[in-house]
This record gives sequence, C-alpha cells and structure tokens, in this order.
Amino acid sequence: MSTATQIPFVEYLKLEPTPHLVANECTSCGARFFDRRNACAGCFNTEFTPVDIPTEGVVRSFSIITFAAPGVDVPFVAAVIDCGGTSVRANIINCPPDPEHVSLGMSVRLATTVVGIDSAGVEAVNYGFEPA
Amino acid sequence: MSRSDDIWILGIHMTKFGKHPNLDVVDLGAEAIHGALADAGVTMADMGIIAAGNLLGSGSIAQQLQKQVGQTGIPAYNVSNACATGATALRTVIMAVKAGEVDMGLAVGVEKLAGAGLLGAGGKAKADNDEWARNGRFGAVGPVDGRIGTESMPGVFAQIGMEYGHKYGGADFELFAKISEKNHSHSTLNPLAAYNKAMSLEQIMNDVMIAYPNTRPMCSANCDGAAAAVVINGEKLKTLSLEQQRRAVKVSASILTSDPWQEACQVLPDVNTLTRNAAHQAYEQAGVGPQDLNLVELHDCFATAELVHYDNLMLCEEGGAVDFFESGAPYRDGKMPVNVSGGLQSKGHPISATGIANIWEVCQHVRGEAGDRQIEGAKVGLAHVIGLASACGIHILERSAA
Ligand SMILES: [Zn+2]
Repeated sequence: MSTATQIPFVEYLKLEPTPHLVANECTSCGARFFDRRNACAGCFNTEFTPVDIPTEGVVRSFSIITFAAPGVDVPFVAAVIDCGGTSVRANIINCPPDPEHVSLGMSVRLATTVVGIDSAGVEAVNYGFEPA
Repeated sequence: MSRSDDIWILGIHMTKFGKHPNLDVVDLGAEAIHGALADAGVTMADMGIIAAGNLLGSGSIAQQLQKQVGQTGIPAYNVSNACATGATALRTVIMAVKAGEVDMGLAVGVEKLAGAGLLGAGGKAKADNDEWARNGRFGAVGPVDGRIGTESMPGVFAQIGMEYGHKYGGADFELFAKISEKNHSHSTLNPLAAYNKAMSLEQIMNDVMIAYPNTRPMCSANCDGAAAAVVINGEKLKTLSLEQQRRAVKVSASILTSDPWQEACQVLPDVNTLTRNAAHQAYEQAGVGPQDLNLVELHDCFATAELVHYDNLMLCEEGGAVDFFESGAPYRDGKMPVNVSGGLQSKGHPISATGIANIWEVCQHVRGEAGDRQIEGAKVGLAHVIGLASACGIHILERSAA
C-alpha cells in the first residue's frame, strides 16, 4: 500500500471508501451525466442528485487503438461499459490489448491505476475496467 | 422574384479529390464554383445568396471566394457543422430559396487535408514537475483522450460498428474489411476519386491497424477537394432553357437533424438516432421509400460506419445490416448500390466538400451522365452525411421529368 497522497484523475471518480464512479442524475427523468450540467439534456430539468455507478458491467463496444496522442501508451483498448444500465467510457486494463482477450459482452469490473506523480508527491489515480 | 416549394439543383461540380499542392482553398473553391455555374448555365450575377464551408482554413471562406469569382454584395453565410458542413451550406441556400427570398443561390464546401494526421485525437500532457491541476468539464488532471477511452475518429467509429455487432451479432473484422473492399473496388471507375485502385480483402486486413477493426484503407482518406452547387426554385427554372430544365435535378427532400438525447450518447456519439430521424423525415418529404432508391451515397467515414447506416437509412430490416451486405445488395450490380463513387474510404473525405460531393455523385447518375460507373436507369438517389457531435444531412434527388 502506497503512503503517497492520492487524488482521482477525474472528479467523477471517488477513491473512498472503495473506488467507484459518481454521476449527476436528473431528479426528473433519471438521465445520468458525468460532467456538470446547466440542465438535463433529456428533459431540461435543472436539479441533479449524485448517484453511485455499479463497479461491474459488460463490454458493450470496444476498439483497440494503435495511433494516439503523444504520451498515450499504445496499443490500448477503448471501450463502452454497460454498468447496470449506465454507459461508461473507459479503457480496458490489466488485459492484453488484442481481440483474443477482449470481446463484446465480456464481464468486467472497475480497477484503478496510477497515471503519474507530481512535484508535490501526489499520485493521480485513474480508473479502467479489467476482466472480472 | 419568384417563389415555389419546388427546389432544384441547376448545376453542380466537384473537383478531382486528392493532393493539390499548388492550389490553396480559395483556388479549389473557385474551381468548384466556376464548374457549378458553367454546369448551370448561369453567372454570379444570378446568385442571390452564397453559403460556404471550410473547417480548417482561416475563416470567412464565403467572402474569400467572392473576391475570386465575383463580389456582388449578396448575403454570405459561413457555415460550420463538422463533416456535415457541405450539406449544411446547401441546406442554408435551399432554405433561402424555398422561403422565396432569392431565386437562386450558391453552396460550396472546400477543404485542404492532404497530409493531415489523425483527426479528433488531441490533448496536452502535463509538463514535468508541475503540480496536478483540474481542467475541463470532467475536472481532469490530464488529457482524458487515450486514458479514458478514445476521442480519435477511427476509434470512435470503430466502437460504433462494434456496438452494432454486440447488439445484433455477425459483425466482425472480416465483414468490415469486405465493406471496404467493395468501396475500393467501386472507386476504380471514378476518375475523380483520390484513390482508385482495387484492394483485395487480404491486403485490407493486413494493412496497418489504426483502430481495430479499422485498418488504414478502412478509414476515410484525407485529401484536398471542393464541391459546389447552384440551387433554383421551380418557377424560375421554368423561365430557363429546355436543356437547363432537362438537366436540373429535383431536390425531393432536404433534411438536417442533430442528435436527440439518448442514454450513452455523451459516452459514445450516437450516429444512429439522428440518421434514422433524418431518413424518416426525408422519405416522408420526398414521398418515396427506401425501396424506390436506385443508389445511395452514405457517410462511410470508416468501414465500421457504413454497416450501421444500412440500418439507419432503412435499406434493410432493423438489425439486418450484416445480412443486407452479405446478400450483395450494396454492390454496384446489387439491388441497392451503395457508394458507387468509392465512398470516403477511396474517393476521399475533404471534410467540408463531402456533403456536396456526395450529392454531385447522385446527380451524375440521375442525369445519366456518370460515364463508366453509371447505374443504368437511375431515377432517384439518396445522399447522406454525418458530422460528429452531431449533425446529419440527407438529400433525396430525382431525375427531371422535363
Ligand atoms: Zn432529465
């Protein structure tokens, strides 16, 4: 267990008590958004409540990316995960990035990975999904 | 000033797509405009409006082009709608003509893209030794592209095709590669295509993998090009020569949609709902159904995209796109030829020109002027484009009865 201070890579990732994602859910129609909203894109309601997203899901779609922006390790697997009815964008991690190991409908669970450490010694922790 | 609800393409032109190192966007756009005006048999003096699109240039392309081809003081609209920019320019002119504000108008799209790298991927990495700072709508401490899925176009559209496979089954790497093989084969008959060499299935599958399951030849070809169209209303058309009336192509439907909210549409762009909505509206407006179409030019920005649009445009039963392809229907000798121009994978995809160039292709066929690649007896065709984030343009075009 690292003793370094850790922060989540994005605000919708919560590290405590165990790593999970939190969405803003429209209080009227139940639409979920991972970023902040002025109003719901589905029904224009302006009230939201935070909801925890299930940490297990299935791969609804994926692509194995060979060419990417500088600083991104390739190949990597970009995917859409169906987490109990909420779609989540993520990389598939802890799994060889090839079509023999990644498949449509595959069961996965949320996992975390340290993406870097800054000059103050703080680690940024990102999420991905690994085979369940 | 005349007015009628009938809208026609009086003249249309596309430049050769490919590398034009000695022509800038203004040269290319002006070439397309002069081609369209000559095809229409009119001049800039007849134009009541110009709408122009160019995504990667310096801006105000409409006025830049007027300075090259004629400054008549008409309203100039600079439009931008990603890969649907050309269709949006055309739609803008059609609305002005249909509203009765002008008799005739000019739409043009032009892009210089040869040599451009992957589109859509980006983001800045953290400089060494800095402290983490949150940025953007997700409060991210670094670029999310590549770390939380992908924003690269090949990867996004790969997932769009794979999602269809997850939902309905049967879509694998080989199937997508076969779609690409079809379009590259079609392009051999198109002298204006950026690439017009046939490629074998083996060549396509063994080429450089860009974003599985899309290899390089399964991605749209970055290239230079322009296309322009002259739009006229039916009353004004009646005052022109019989030859102009005979060659004019009827715009039986002109539709532009954006994406309505759907679960997941902000996680992976939903190119399906807005295309299906546009198709429904277009068929209703034109009073034709998919079975009446003689050819379709659809937005095959990647091989994985073509598959889903067979379904979205209702060329097949819902969920039946794989069977539709495997039946041979979308080949040029099939019952519903799709992308006989070679499509974006081989004809090329100079972004802002694409949404007029696909209409040019359909016009060539319904006029009976498509040369070696003519679809015999073509009377009605459909042209479709998608711009991400998202916009969908659909036009249905019909041969003149004159
Ligand atoms: Zn809502």
